[in-house]
Amino acid sequence: MTMRWFYYAAPQTFYGLAGRLWPWLAALALALTLAGLWVGFALAPADAQQGEGYRIIFVHVPASWMSMVIYLAMAFWAVLGLTFNTRLSGMMTRALAPTGAIFAFLSLWTGALWGKPMWGAWWVWDARLTSELVLFFLYLGYIALTSAIDDVRRADRAGALIAIVGAINVPIIYFSVKWWNTLHQGASVSLTRSPSMAQLMLWGMLLMALAMWVYTLAIVCYRVRTLIIERERHTDWVKALPEVAGVKA
Amino acid sequence: MSAFFALVARDLRLAFRRKAEVLSGLFFFVVVAALFPLAIGPEAATLRHIGPGVLWVGALLASMLTLPRLFENDWRDGSLEHLVLSPHPLGLLVLGKIFAHWLVSGLPLVALAPLLGLQFDLPSDALGMLALSLLLGTPVLSCIGAIGAALTLGVRGGGVLVALLVLPLFVPVLVFGAGAVEALNSGLGAQAHVSILLAMLLPAVFFSPWACSAALRIALE
Repeated sequence: MTMRWFYYAAPQTFYGLAGRLWPWLAALALALTLAGLWVGFALAPADAQQGEGYRIIFVHVPASWMSMVIYLAMAFWAVLGLTFNTRLSGMMTRALAPTGAIFAFLSLWTGALWGKPMWGAWWVWDARLTSELVLFFLYLGYIALTSAIDDVRRADRAGALIAIVGAINVPIIYFSVKWWNTLHQGASVSLTRSPSMAQLMLWGMLLMALAMWVYTLAIVCYRVRTLIIERERHTDWVKALPEVAGVKA
Repeated sequence: MSAFFALVARDLRLAFRRKAEVLSGLFFFVVVAALFPLAIGPEAATLRHIGPGVLWVGALLASMLTLPRLFENDWRDGSLEHLVLSPHPLGLLVLGKIFAHWLVSGLPLVALAPLLGLQFDLPSDALGMLALSLLLGTPVLSCIGAIGAALTLGVRGGGVLVALLVLPLFVPVLVFGAGAVEALNSGLGAQAHVSILLAMLLPAVFFSPWACSAALRIALE
């Protein structure tokens, strides 16, 4: 069986595919979010120790997961872009970056909101918090670099390289920060909760995680369409698109 | 290999003919180190506590400030393109440039740090460890920073951009570099920290020229 792996690697074909996909994905993301929030806020029982305050977990943990997954996805597209020299890979990497940065920020923000009632502090220099902060900086660095270079080809390739270098460094950073933290302050604050989690809490979290996955796919499809149409605006096929035809280039 | 040494000699000669550029990074280090006691207060116990961290951050910022110079001048006068086109492996030449840059802007920091450590009332064994950790750590900073310098070659707002790109990547070096002195001060022994610094130095020296060459080719294409 021969599969046309690269059929959708062409911006022209992917533009149509993404256009057909994103409304469905967005609707699915909305439905999953509503379901997840309903399970998390209405059905799941209050935590024995943390009361109602723990419920931010339904946003916090999936957002942290997504911030890490998206960086890996960026590194994946970066490798693909540098090896196969495909135009779409660079656009995918760039379309993922803002969403990843938003999730990293969301994770830090909700973490602070959660930390204040539970630990009595908005911020502690815990290993996980610090490495999430560094991850946020890596996203900002990527976005700053790609938006500072005018030539899109160069911006994509330079961004791909820094994304890969960052991805190699993320585990080293996590390990080093963990080491640093244990040496400095010991186990004053532990993020590990009791391993036994109510079934409904787990379901709420999984639903929210799924919702954020689908949301990411939807927003990336949408953003890639914008990037494609911006970069290929001089081509005939873009000019022939019904949504472009009326607009002066 | 002769190309490597020729390039190192050339870069050193160029650096010594522009002494002000070389010395500015060094003076930055001295001035920053002097600002902290002024801001925090002259109590010896506090200074002894923050000294290693402050000096490490100062050295890190000083070596970052000199990064744009690594490829910028060669890029402007076109000699960088000749290096890229030359028959010698680009990675080796880039390693030569990084090495020369470290000799000029990293090694003086190592030599100066114990002297500044005296201002922070650090004991003598901590001064030695500070110098050793910087000796192992600043080459890693140069290697990682070179990637950032190559990527931002000729880009708008290059200097600030380099900072944004490489400072998060400097975190592990800072943790173990400053941590080595801290560990020695608290009586734990710094052998583990020194080993890890060395373990970061070797892959950095190996992989950085390779990534830099890729970045330079992207910048020059």
